[in-house]
Amino acid sequence: MDNEFFQGYRGQALEVLKQYNVRVWGKATITTTRGNFEGTVLPRSCNDDEKHIVIKIESGYNIGIDVETITNMKETGYNKVNFKIQEKDFPSVQGLPTVKLFGTGGTIASRLDYRTGAVIPAFSPGELYSAVPELAEICNLETEKVFAVFSENMGPTHYIALAKAIAKEIERGVDGIVIGHGTDTMQHTGAALTFMVQNPPIPIILVGSQRSSDRPSSDAPLNLMHAMTAAGHGDIAEVMVCMYGTTSDEYGLLHKSTRVRKMHSSYRSTFRTIGDTPVASVTRDGVTHIKENYNPRRKDRKVKLLPYFSDKVTMVYYYTGIKPDVIDSLVDAGYKGIVFVGTGLGHLNKELYPAIERAHAKGVHMYMTLQTLWGYVQMFVYDTGRDIMAKGVIPCGNMLPEVAFIKLSWALGQTEDPEEVKRLMLTPINDEITEREPYNGYVLLQGGVPEVDDFLAKTRK
Amino acid sequence: MKKNFDPRKNYEATKVKVGYVNRKDATQTLYDKMGFMSGLEVHQQLKTKKKLFCNCPAGIYNDNSHFDAEVIRHMRPTLSELGEYDGTALMEFKTKKTIVYKLKNETTCTYEIDDTPPFPIDREALDIAIEIAFLSKLNTVGEVHITRKQYLDGSIPAGSQRTAIIGVDGEIPISNKKIRLVQLCLEEDTCREISNIGHTRVFKTDRFGMPLIETVTHPDMVNPDEVKEACDYIRFLNRSTNKVRIGIGSGRQDVNVSCKGGNRVEIKGVSKTKLLPELTHNECFRQWALIHIKDILTKRINVKSWKISTKKLNFFDYNFSYSPAIEANNRKDKFYAVNLPEFKGILSHFTQPGKCFINELSDRLKVIACIEKPNMITSEDIENTEDRKIFTKIASMFNAGENDAQIIFWAPKEDIDTAISTISERCKLAFFEVPKETRKYNLDGTTEFKRVLPGANRMYPDTDSPPIPLASEHLKNIQANLPSDVSERTAQMIKWNIPKDTFTYLHVNNLFPLINKIANELAYEPKFIACFLGHQLKHIEGQFNARKLDYNKIYQIFEFIKKRKLDKEIAFKILPVLFEHPQMDFDSILESINFRKHNNNGIISNISFLKNKYNEIGKTKTDEARNNWVMGQLNNIAVGNISMNELKNIVKGV
Repeated sequence: MDNEFFQGYRGQALEVLKQYNVRVWGKATITTTRGNFEGTVLPRSCNDDEKHIVIKIESGYNIGIDVETITNMKETGYNKVNFKIQEKDFPSVQGLPTVKLFGTGGTIASRLDYRTGAVIPAFSPGELYSAVPELAEICNLETEKVFAVFSENMGPTHYIALAKAIAKEIERGVDGIVIGHGTDTMQHTGAALTFMVQNPPIPIILVGSQRSSDRPSSDAPLNLMHAMTAAGHGDIAEVMVCMYGTTSDEYGLLHKSTRVRKMHSSYRSTFRTIGDTPVASVTRDGVTHIKENYNPRRKDRKVKLLPYFSDKVTMVYYYTGIKPDVIDSLVDAGYKGIVFVGTGLGHLNKELYPAIERAHAKGVHMYMTLQTLWGYVQMFVYDTGRDIMAKGVIPCGNMLPEVAFIKLSWALGQTEDPEEVKRLMLTPINDEITEREPYNGYVLLQGGVPEVDDFLAKTRK
Repeated sequence: MKKNFDPRKNYEATKVKVGYVNRKDATQTLYDKMGFMSGLEVHQQLKTKKKLFCNCPAGIYNDNSHFDAEVIRHMRPTLSELGEYDGTALMEFKTKKTIVYKLKNETTCTYEIDDTPPFPIDREALDIAIEIAFLSKLNTVGEVHITRKQYLDGSIPAGSQRTAIIGVDGEIPISNKKIRLVQLCLEEDTCREISNIGHTRVFKTDRFGMPLIETVTHPDMVNPDEVKEACDYIRFLNRSTNKVRIGIGSGRQDVNVSCKGGNRVEIKGVSKTKLLPELTHNECFRQWALIHIKDILTKRINVKSWKISTKKLNFFDYNFSYSPAIEANNRKDKFYAVNLPEFKGILSHFTQPGKCFINELSDRLKVIACIEKPNMITSEDIENTEDRKIFTKIASMFNAGENDAQIIFWAPKEDIDTAISTISERCKLAFFEVPKETRKYNLDGTTEFKRVLPGANRMYPDTDSPPIPLASEHLKNIQANLPSDVSERTAQMIKWNIPKDTFTYLHVNNLFPLINKIANELAYEPKFIACFLGHQLKHIEGQFNARKLDYNKIYQIFEFIKKRKLDKEIAFKILPVLFEHPQMDFDSILESINFRKHNNNGIISNISFLKNKYNEIGKTKTDEARNNWVMGQLNNIAVGNISMNELKNIVKGV
């Protein structure tokens, strides 16, 4: 009952509403020691305090009233508002490719959730069409909500469910797949799908937005258009991430999801390919290839589905002075795989050696990746590296730490034989380890350097 | 008569019919008859160190000569909290503008370009806004909720402005009544426009994010003078805190006007209050004229059967001589003719001084279809544009009726459809109402279309910012330190016999506290100080390009005079030197104006000698001429030592 009429209110605020018989969505006049107020009582976000009542005043603004100042309240009307995203039929045009959009909980189109004050996604083709009508010019759209979780809550069961759903759609005959995904763990899901859905005949594109679609400057509509273009019309049949290339509304980049990383907490062009160039760029006019070698689109419907995942893998980010009990406790807790994120070329301190030996003896699979993100693990240069290798830690080349974590989980989901795990880990499925790092695979411009600032002023948008 | 239709004469005749008079000839009876109604939204920048939602410095402005980077955005309408699209939002999406932001590192971080969520609100700004809310007798809220207000014109890179209500339902007094206040908001200031040509609009982000308050009045003003008076009062009230920015652009107002049967029209961003009376006067008459137009049209034809026809023209079939048309053809613009049934006499119908209904169409073509002006010629142009013979040909091509009117417009191919629907829509609106719109002001007191007036549907709670509770204890502290009311200050100034011509200057610069302080602590007459400031200081500022002096220095002048037991009039001589050399100490200033300390007797002892001298050399043999000459001779040694009035009496008596 409280939920229905007093949505989100608790404690003192709830008492006051009850005392004066005023409901959420009721129009109320409120007398307070700070003067009189008039407006519609709104639901309260459950994380906000219990000392205020929120009303929407006539001018459209929301304000909060301190319940301790309220001396009287009177409900003068009631007008429940149901937020609804418009829905128009998504037109089907002959000759356009069919793209399947999987929803996982990202915010492509969204509405307000009064409970948390955050936004919740809209998803049906009709809703999407009414928000981004341009989509109808790109493809015929089908959607399916696989699950609705925030990006940070994605995990093994979701990867597996998604992989199976994708394989099914490929067999069914769609021309491309787009997955709406929160950006925080997009690279994890991308890596998982690369390993689980191997050699797909069509593009599989992960897309999201850095600004939710309830904002006029949202990157969601253009990202979606780019993803649909790449999935429906592009020739690259790989699992890729499609997000803004720069902060401007100009072009998107297609990144291999084994080499991509989110590099800024809020920037639009947050995703960068690490240690290589992106596969291609994309605008609404089409895909422009950057890398010459890629897996082209095929007519067949063959796909290798390997939906395995062990939840007994963990990561250890090395820090100076780390104590061996960190490793010991992980081993004792039953973890079967550890991905180290080491310093420099792949180093850990001597103090850890006994713990590593112990883990190795217990059959824990240990792999080394880098905090530097760019570059290769090279454990022969210094004695430390050789020591660590001798104790069973296997270098992962230039595999990104998160990718190594996902891959080890996937490998251990299939086998615990050390040699087989090692083979799986070190045999790249889609460039998670590359043989070469091109010169332009490492580009981190340093602002303030005159020629860089000149480039920023003249060229980059 | 029909054959020789003269648009100019029609314009003049309709101006008379509408009853347009100049503002100085307009009476309250006339305004009452038209139902003049106006309300204000007064914007004022706050003097804070930082911007409202990020840590960039506030108050630094960049010129257009160099930028460090640029960002491109397109704005797309989104659903409001209540699930609807806003009218303006949709219109602006239709215009398909590319927005370019020019960035300077000095004034811009990733927040301004909407690549970083907001930081917690600037507390300094919040407290100033609360202080002004109290002064405006508003009821302060218990909890501040940040709202995102959609603006798709590009003036805000995020497409929505963060704004929050601080107080509601207040009032301010003007000379004859009280003006009710709706609310006061604290919001981030917008970007400054660099250019807006065709489909590209360029902004810079230096000003964006600076704290700004908006005081909104009810439409309680019933004539243009009241609008100015209310606006001045709010402006003075803001200034009385000493915590707001001054200078060009730091205070701007939007003024809403309607007449009986009209609609709310907002004139945006008026930076000088003295323009308000003329603008509101003319807007009231523009609406009054549009109602006349509506009456004419509805008598002539039923809107249901009214429809425009259009035809594409081949430029070379017509002997165009109007140079903008020729230039348009050189740009490869397409030419279209439009026939407007029964619109004869409407196109050239008066709307504003020097403007007619054609401007309503042409302005919208510029804004909505992005076609630069001049973008059309018509069969009723008031100014000579094109040979009328062209329109005879066009009319016969359409098989047009005697009462029809015609337009020829030009535009790039891709803008033609929007242009045609814009003309059609605006003409159809003429049958029904005065369109609700936002208008841009011109210095001559006229206005032009800026955009459709936005509604309440563009509000969205800012999910990035938690609500901010305002504790009663904190509010009490602010309330305990409020400056005195502007109305009380005015009353006190009248009591002090201060000349009224100084009031605006004294309020604008918040000099009342200084007068009060000098009068109380140094015992100088308030009237003397007020004139010293309102006449002498103002005059000198004018000579120094409106440069401002640190007002503490004024206090120090009088403190110095008092200490040295000089006569107060020496201040008039000290001030210009101080203005030129603000760092010079007062003794050096006295030196530089050749001041010498003399006792009164020493000065007086010169009088009889001087009088005799004048009798010898003076041409006009009157007492007055002689005394004036003597005073002039004594000026240098007397000022600062003896009151000149006192000396004058002594001269008379000797």
